Amino acid sequence: MKKQLQVEAIAHGTVIDHIPAGKGIQILKFFKLSSGSQRITVGLNLPSGDNKQKDLIKIENTIFDESQANQLALFAPHATVNSIENFEVIGKFKVALPEQIAGVFACPNSNCISHDEPIPSRFNIKQTEQALKLKCHYCEKLFSSELFTELH
Amino acid sequence: MANPLYQKHVVSIPDLSRTELELIVSTADKLKQSPRPELLKNKVIASCFFEASTRTRLSFETAVQRLGGSIIGFPDGGNTSMSKKGETLADSVRVISSYSDAFFMRHPQEGAARLASEFSSVPVINGGDGSNQHPTQTLLDLYSIYETQGTLEKLKVAFVGDLKYGRTVHSLTQALSLFDCEFHFISPPALAMPDYITEELTEKGIVIHEHQKLESVIDELDILYITRVQKERFDETEYQHMKSSFILSADMLKNVKENLKVLHPLPRVDEITVDVDKTPYAYYFEQAENGVYARQALLALVLTNEYGDDQ
Repeated sequence: MKKQLQVEAIAHGTVIDHIPAGKGIQILKFFKLSSGSQRITVGLNLPSGDNKQKDLIKIENTIFDESQANQLALFAPHATVNSIENFEVIGKFKVALPEQIAGVFACPNSNCISHDEPIPSRFNIKQTEQALKLKCHYCEKLFSSELFTELH
Repeated sequence: MANPLYQKHVVSIPDLSRTELELIVSTADKLKQSPRPELLKNKVIASCFFEASTRTRLSFETAVQRLGGSIIGFPDGGNTSMSKKGETLADSVRVISSYSDAFFMRHPQEGAARLASEFSSVPVINGGDGSNQHPTQTLLDLYSIYETQGTLEKLKVAFVGDLKYGRTVHSLTQALSLFDCEFHFISPPALAMPDYITEELTEKGIVIHEHQKLESVIDELDILYITRVQKERFDETEYQHMKSSFILSADMLKNVKENLKVLHPLPRVDEITVDVDKTPYAYYFEQAENGVYARQALLALVLTNEYGDDQ
């Protein structure tokens, strides 16, 4: 029996798969994906192999490189990113946590110097057994990753 | 001669290695024993206090003068172009660093010294950035510990008072964790050491004990580091109740170890009663004096190659 795609195939672009259910919309907002004119297809609460649910995003005519895609890892640590050309998968990788995130989030510490100066914000990522944390390069304060991912 | 700090910024204690901390401490000791009144002759040091701090500024400026350097700068940010005309810190630093050989600064915002180090053409020494770091305080604390104990290694150190907001205790535990010390934390629950510090110490394998009362541990200690509990953080009844558990008086020192020294970053209010001052254990005023030697050591190391780690 032919396997039916859960979300319509795309000719050229990127498929972000294995996003935890509920994070798909956040990723759309965070990456401002929907602000462009490219066609985007989103699947929410799709069945996943392990009896769980997942979200999935397909973006036409846009290819993510690894460092761009790795920024997703904060939201979706197990996401896979597929590059598609002529309906074929030409590249596939799992996102990995970057060591540093620059110019993406504002520092939650309102007294941090990074708010008032001509520099991008910068956070070093710290993965411990219990949690994923972001340490501001400037004010050295440590923040739980949820503080960023839940805000957006 | 190896001097890893030559022309380097000193922004945050975690940036410094054990070898670098030891070098600073040993250099402070050498400068205390053998003054070098001409070491920084012809050097101009900028002393930029974007926020006022009398003790740190006087101690730092004394250090410059004792080494024969000259000072430019300002004692508070109120009259600078930055506050009056809205200049960014990045631009101020670019300009001031072009006039000077080193740049010492205090600023009310966290991260200011790190940012300054990215725009300065000369070494930046952090004299306090908001609630974040105050590395020269930690270095003078380390020097005072070394001077009184003859080592920084494997000491039993208690921290008492406000461990939540006190940046000096945070930085000092970070530094002493490189020397395998054992820590005792004594504070009201509302002012306990933040989890991120205790987690970081536990990850490094450091032994930590928490106590409700100072008496339960005082007789085992090598160093007793007391900080001020700010009265305004409590209501009056709570404060009076809490106070008794976190105040050091001379009668509590009857059975302590002979080598115990009591340190305090000052200003003290009533957490150490004045009868302690006369005991052989009180060392907080010498500790404040050591601030001059610790700051001299930093200046000597970032500006000259006279003190290497093999000297």
